[in-house]
Amino acid sequence: MTVQPTSVQATRVDLLLLAEMVDPGSRVLDVGCGDGALLRILAETRDVDGRGIELSQSGVNQCVARGLSVVQGDADTDLVNYPDDAFDFAILSQTIQATHRPLEVLDQLLRIGKRAIVSFPNFGHWKIRRQLMFRGRMPVTENLSYAWYDTPNIHFCTIKDFIVLCRDLDAKVERSIALNAQGQRMGLGIPLFMQNLFGEQAIFLLSR
Amino acid sequence: MVEVKDKPSVDTNGRRQEQMLTPDSLVMSYGEDEPLALDCGVDLAQYSIAYQTYGTLNADKSNAVIVCHALTGDQHVANVHPVTGKPGWWETMVGPGKPIDTNRFFVICANHIGGCLGSTGPSSVNPGTGRAYGLDFPVITIRDMVRAQAHLVDRLGIKDLFCVVGGSMGGMQVLEWAATYKDRVFAAIPIATAARHSSQNIAFHEVGRQAVMADPDWRGGRYIDEGTQPRKGLAVARMAAHITYLSDEALHRKFGRNLQDRDRVTFGFDADFQVESYLRHQGYTFVDRFDANSYLYMTRAMDYFDLAADHGGDLAEAFKGTETRFCCVSFTSDWLFPTEEMRTVVQALNAVAANVSFVEIETDKGHDAFLLDEPELFDAVSGFLSAAAQKRGLEPNDHEI
Repeated sequence: MTVQPTSVQATRVDLLLLAEMVDPGSRVLDVGCGDGALLRILAETRDVDGRGIELSQSGVNQCVARGLSVVQGDADTDLVNYPDDAFDFAILSQTIQATHRPLEVLDQLLRIGKRAIVSFPNFGHWKIRRQLMFRGRMPVTENLSYAWYDTPNIHFCTIKDFIVLCRDLDAKVERSIALNAQGQRMGLGIPLFMQNLFGEQAIFLLSR
Repeated sequence: MVEVKDKPSVDTNGRRQEQMLTPDSLVMSYGEDEPLALDCGVDLAQYSIAYQTYGTLNADKSNAVIVCHALTGDQHVANVHPVTGKPGWWETMVGPGKPIDTNRFFVICANHIGGCLGSTGPSSVNPGTGRAYGLDFPVITIRDMVRAQAHLVDRLGIKDLFCVVGGSMGGMQVLEWAATYKDRVFAAIPIATAARHSSQNIAFHEVGRQAVMADPDWRGGRYIDEGTQPRKGLAVARMAAHITYLSDEALHRKFGRNLQDRDRVTFGFDADFQVESYLRHQGYTFVDRFDANSYLYMTRAMDYFDLAADHGGDLAEAFKGTETRFCCVSFTSDWLFPTEEMRTVVQALNAVAANVSFVEIETDKGHDAFLLDEPELFDAVSGFLSAAAQKRGLEPNDHEI
């Protein structure tokens, strides 16, 4: 297998930004790794020793067939099996909103990783607020395209909510990035309320 | 209708006995000065291991793969079987360009100690008495089998293995290899197996053993001396075991309630149903290629297997400090070694932060799925092995460039 830069270029910007937070050569656990897109970027660009957990069996089988170390498992129940500080980075990419117990999951993440990286869709984005405000309906957007009754995303939060959760868990926010609708990093020094209004997703680097 | 044979097929049975004494395999023999220290406390002196190899060992001896065979398997993984004339038992998996690619890897498969196809077992001659061992043969464990394989690997001058792979009882050996020889196993693929034999599985094995021992021709295990063979008992054992290798769905899909060459039931005990005829066939073809006492010893070895118990009751302890890369595989319809058993292994591996992949494959073929054409199994094994080979610095073979 050779490094294929083209495959990286074609991937989502948010994953690349997330990957930048990972130190090269570190041990990484990607919780909810899907088809392994992030793990592959991390392997190709950061030379990590990467592992994954994925709920869907088809996702797992695809990952393993591509040579990634992935187990079938549930973020809500299976993180307890890992020892403390087992990884340099424990990552929860676009997954926390689909967990049953986000607080416990984040708590476990901070336990098994020396640092944790969490990315999530920001439910405080103005388009979402507008839909709820003017249509009086549960928001359905391009990025969050499910109807309320069949969405896997059962625990949405805003950037502000997430910061409160971190405080409750004594997690230190080492870095945070808000991404705009184009998936690009919003400029530094933008006040939090603006990030919470215009950020479509956020990435947090945490430690405890 | 399948003929019910209670007489041996002269050809097959004769060839089997020939293979037992002079196998069409490589044979590694160990003298009295290098006995195999068995778990039961006996030092087995003067033993032989019959084995097959495929592919070429590379210059730095880093591409060796051990394939561990299952309960009634043997060393003929990927060549025509010298007794049955059938293809090797895992030719779909092992061979040139196959997931375990013999263009790239040096594959070794040894007949287990206690087996009956050239390695020393209960049907071998006891040097102390000049007669077949029978039940005087010491009871063998999974770890003993692995120990014998390790000695074989030593003799071949191979320090550590690129991979150990196997299903069912072979998978137990894979786990044992990874636990006992941590620094000698780079990658491990346990398939359709468990870290211990369940109570239900021990129960099925006991039925099989009792069937063998209830056959008057078993003669207290001395049937070789007495010129008999417990064919009926062993066939019944195989029939019972065979049911556990298949799923209810698979049996139903294959046979349903279909009758065998007749329009209506006969109100008798002939094989009215196709499934009965099929099982009888399985039973009677098995006895021509397998030794009854070996069957007792192999099933016992599986029963005794409990990796956690060997490590203070904590399975994670068995894998502590492991740097082996694991690829665990289970099948949805396998009720002999259900996914939950494999999940226990995976949890133990996670508890020591091991490098582990875990694939559960959707199939209705039951436990036997690991031997059958399961594309997802092949994809998982070849993906895992390619990545592991890259980590190990093994050059891709010509076919991949």
